[in-house]
Amino acid sequence: MSTASISPGRQTLWRMMRNPSVIIGGALVLAVVLMGLLAPLLGARDPADISPKDRNKAPGYETTVRDSSGQKVPVVYRLGSDTLGRDVYSRIIYGARISLIVGVSVAAISIVIGMAIGVLAGYVRWLDGIIMRVMDGLMAIPAILLAIAVVSLFSAGLTSVIIAIVVPEVPRVVRLVRSIVLSIREEPYVEAAITAGTRTPVLLVRHILPNTIAPLIVQGTFIVASAIIVEAILSFLGIGIPPEIPTWGNIMAEGRSVFQLYPHNIFYPGLVLALTVLAVNMLGDGLRDTLDPRFAKRL
Amino acid sequence: MLSYLFRRLLATIPVMLLVAVFVFMLLRLTPGDPAAIIAGDYASDAQIAEIRGKLGLDKPLAVQFMVWIGNMFQGDFGESFFYKKQVGELIAARLEPTLSLSLLTIFLTVCIAVPMGTLAAYRQGSWLDRGIMGFSVLGFSLPVFVIGYMLIYLFSIELGWLPVQGYQRIGDGLWGWLSRLILPSLALSVVFVAFIARMTRTSVLEVLGEDYIRTARAKGQTETRVLMRHALRNAAVPIVTVIGLSFAILIGGVVVTESVFNLPGLGLLTVEAVLARDFPTIQAVILLFSFIYVLINLAIDVSYTLLDPRIRY
Amino acid sequence: MSQENVLEVKNLTVRLPKSADRTNAVEDISFTVAPGEIVCVVGESGSGKSVTASAVMGLLPEALKPSSGETLLQGEDTLKASKTRLRDLRGTRMAMIFQEPMTALNPVTRVGEQISEVLEIHTDLSASERRARAIEIMEAVHLPDPEKMIDSFPHQLSGGQRQRIMIAIALVLDPALLIADEPTTALDVTTQAQILKLIKEMQERRGTGVLFITHDFGVVAEIADRIVVMQNGRIVEHGDRDDVLRRPKEPYTKMLMASVPSMTPPERVPRTGDMAVEVSKLDKIYGRTGWLSKDRIVHAAADVNLHVRKGETLGIVGESGSGKSTVARCIARLIDPTSGSISLHGIEIANLPQSQLRAHRRRVQIVFQDPYRSLNPRRTIGQSLIEAPVNFGVPKEQALQTARDLMELVGLSGDALERYPHQFSGGQRQRICIARALTVEPDVLIADEAVSALDVSVQAQVLELLDDIRERYDLAMLFITHDLRVAAQICDRLIVMKKGVVVEQGPTKEVYSNPQHEYTRLLLEAAPGRDVTFGSDTAA
Repeated sequence: MSTASISPGRQTLWRMMRNPSVIIGGALVLAVVLMGLLAPLLGARDPADISPKDRNKAPGYETTVRDSSGQKVPVVYRLGSDTLGRDVYSRIIYGARISLIVGVSVAAISIVIGMAIGVLAGYVRWLDGIIMRVMDGLMAIPAILLAIAVVSLFSAGLTSVIIAIVVPEVPRVVRLVRSIVLSIREEPYVEAAITAGTRTPVLLVRHILPNTIAPLIVQGTFIVASAIIVEAILSFLGIGIPPEIPTWGNIMAEGRSVFQLYPHNIFYPGLVLALTVLAVNMLGDGLRDTLDPRFAKRL
Repeated sequence: MLSYLFRRLLATIPVMLLVAVFVFMLLRLTPGDPAAIIAGDYASDAQIAEIRGKLGLDKPLAVQFMVWIGNMFQGDFGESFFYKKQVGELIAARLEPTLSLSLLTIFLTVCIAVPMGTLAAYRQGSWLDRGIMGFSVLGFSLPVFVIGYMLIYLFSIELGWLPVQGYQRIGDGLWGWLSRLILPSLALSVVFVAFIARMTRTSVLEVLGEDYIRTARAKGQTETRVLMRHALRNAAVPIVTVIGLSFAILIGGVVVTESVFNLPGLGLLTVEAVLARDFPTIQAVILLFSFIYVLINLAIDVSYTLLDPRIRY
Repeated sequence: MSQENVLEVKNLTVRLPKSADRTNAVEDISFTVAPGEIVCVVGESGSGKSVTASAVMGLLPEALKPSSGETLLQGEDTLKASKTRLRDLRGTRMAMIFQEPMTALNPVTRVGEQISEVLEIHTDLSASERRARAIEIMEAVHLPDPEKMIDSFPHQLSGGQRQRIMIAIALVLDPALLIADEPTTALDVTTQAQILKLIKEMQERRGTGVLFITHDFGVVAEIADRIVVMQNGRIVEHGDRDDVLRRPKEPYTKMLMASVPSMTPPERVPRTGDMAVEVSKLDKIYGRTGWLSKDRIVHAAADVNLHVRKGETLGIVGESGSGKSTVARCIARLIDPTSGSISLHGIEIANLPQSQLRAHRRRVQIVFQDPYRSLNPRRTIGQSLIEAPVNFGVPKEQALQTARDLMELVGLSGDALERYPHQFSGGQRQRICIARALTVEPDVLIADEAVSALDVSVQAQVLELLDDIRERYDLAMLFITHDLRVAAQICDRLIVMKKGVVVEQGPTKEVYSNPQHEYTRLLLEAAPGRDVTFGSDTAA
């Protein structure tokens, strides 16, 4: 190693890139992202195409359809078809988009909101009590119930599902940010900055908030995982994304009634869902171990 | 001790009040006329007016809230618009399956997770540890309904050992009751086990690094006893805390599991109520679950005084 | 048997993991401990002294492996002993006490049980016999009212009492060897004196051989029969106490001895500069009572009056909880005083709101105790150093130039500005912190235990640096310390605090030679090795 100055951040990045959990989890997550982005190139057809004659077919079922010019072309239902004769393979591929959108937006929104409230609670004494009591109240409602309650208010749709999952996540982020702010503001280097006449906003941005980045990246990854699961649960229960939109939860919801005869409609989307969440969780674990070893205790 | 209990109980009131406000505001925050929402898309104006009168929607918000809370205290949770029954009765009828499922799941979880986590911590870095941690990540990632259907497929459809779905009251025979609960509890406990095993491992690991563990070793104590007498006793507080917190996961899981296994409990009632937009029922169920959750965590807080002499009351 | 050594360490080498900065934690060390003898292993951090102790006990962390040599406990090699045999030996023939009495006892078990646990492991005594033995040993270590205390939990006892319990645990089966790893480092000086006395008494009465690990030469002077000096894993010098302390042979030992501050304050001319800080009737109360909680109220500072002139160093000494840091932090307005007045060059700042306070911030700067937490790890030294001047309107280029000059003033190169804190040692970081404090040309410098975390040789250099800059910039310095040796050397005047109250003040020389207050006398008497002047006979 040269004598050149290596910032602590770069060292961490280097350690992170060599962590097996990060590599495997990251690669799998990348695969799912590509799957969603490149859906049309992966042999996926229109996921909404209904074919009454091809209902509830087993995986690998082959048939022919007429294309727009009236030509008969062969098609394969790689993972079978659902009760309306739609191609499960295509629906799963397109479903990745919804899961990722929900996961990422929930994480981003709850972190932004949670961070703002958390900093306020950690730095403005008189607000702290009020904010934390409200957060305690929100946390007293089990997350899925709270999400169900919120979703029941709005008409079903992507936005309402995202809001419904964000609401219970926010207090968790608030708690994390607040605890970091409270502990870091006691650090001697922060006190040194105070005696250096650094103004509070600068103090926060320069000395305190950088300490929240690593834990928030880790927390954010876990929020992505849990948001994907909760979205699937809501859709599965029939109270999430409208059934005509292909999501993994919706595919399974459709498969419920005929599960005993055609279990593939539940197993394949279930498998992809589980793999995706596993990948995100592995990535989160790896990030936690390398970015923020202390976080293991807080989890 | 009694005064401590009383003080703690008193301290939960603001939290419960906040929950009540949230639940109450839910319906009022919705865009549009709550009465129209409740009545549904095909209601006549007369029906909407009737609902409005029943809910006292024409009165100020604060008055509405006080009336609502007052009724709750008298055990009047309102009438379900969908079932046309008192919500209190509905809940009472649905209590048993939920209670059975939850208790069995907690029992299973604690029996499996705590020894698993302890073992993983004790053999930190070994293959056993890695295996247990691997299982834990996997368990975290498998949604309850996926596990549920896998179990049904394997044990009920392929092997035919257990009934597929449904519930039988415990009064109608122990085996009939248990055989229908084994799979749901197993499915539900997976995520729970993953969570608690992981937290147990973390807590025990942390304790194993403490100075008094070194003291115990310096006394010539055997490793097993160091673990049982010194490490586990000190890790008890964080472990119990996590068990308390994971009741939130449990309650969420109950909703899904009851749907998968068709258990006519409170979880299923919640889903039915949401699908029917039956707000009095939704509100009552959420309040009830939150109240139970707060009480459980209160009980756990109080148990600290037994587990750790440093915590005084 | 009595002629034989209790412990014989022969050519012990313990290897470090590959990632470490040297290959061996200890290398080829040999020494002996005879029955009834106290051997002090002394060295600065990283010298390998604690590793030696753990190796004998078989308590080395997994990553460290003894690669050669023997540690013979009454002729039996503990390095080669099986795990079972090692367990049999621990507690019966060798026992150990540790640095932190606060954490070394199991918090959820009664202290009596923790003593009788040793008996339970190694003897067939019944429960009532074990209890009787526990009470007996508690009496022997002079714990008050053992019948009652035996059922207490550790948190109900004071630090000194807990360390006595640890000693009771160690000695209950009369081991031949007692290993004490910095047993008084975490204790206040008065408690330390009592514990040292107890160890000596126990060792004399029972003929125990003691291996005593410490970094504190005062403690060494107080307790050692023989001394082993270690540096970087090797033994530098080895001999009788008086030889090593008064007539050290090796340059390293000579340097160490010269670094230990003397308990005798030098002559000092009274300072007559302008008044820089005046504090009167300062009060600070922590805690509130709420209607649902029963918070305790702590009177951290009560009616404190003090003043510091330009060019003068005022020391505030006291034990933990005396309120000495509270006073300093009030003056720097890191915390708000409850009442009283603080005036800086005649300007009252005790009640200034934050917005108006900012302009006065640069006048008072602090150097903190922990050099590892005093610099933001994510920012380069340069960024940290120019933060304050840029805040007060100095152009960046000019601030950087000043920073470079100051780095050289504190003995570091200007290039260091590009680097990050983790690339510096503790002593270097403390120098950087001093440079940072100087960037805004303050009137008052507060050194809050600023040399307490440093090794003695580094400590001497930093003290010298502080004294230099005080002189050079005509600074008023407020020096907070618990260390009476350090205070003797650097302070013009002293304030002695106890539980938030000033019990004595006066010129350092007078306070040391003729203490007025009972407590001051107690403190001075408790200072270990106060009669020894280190390296005295080596004068050229």
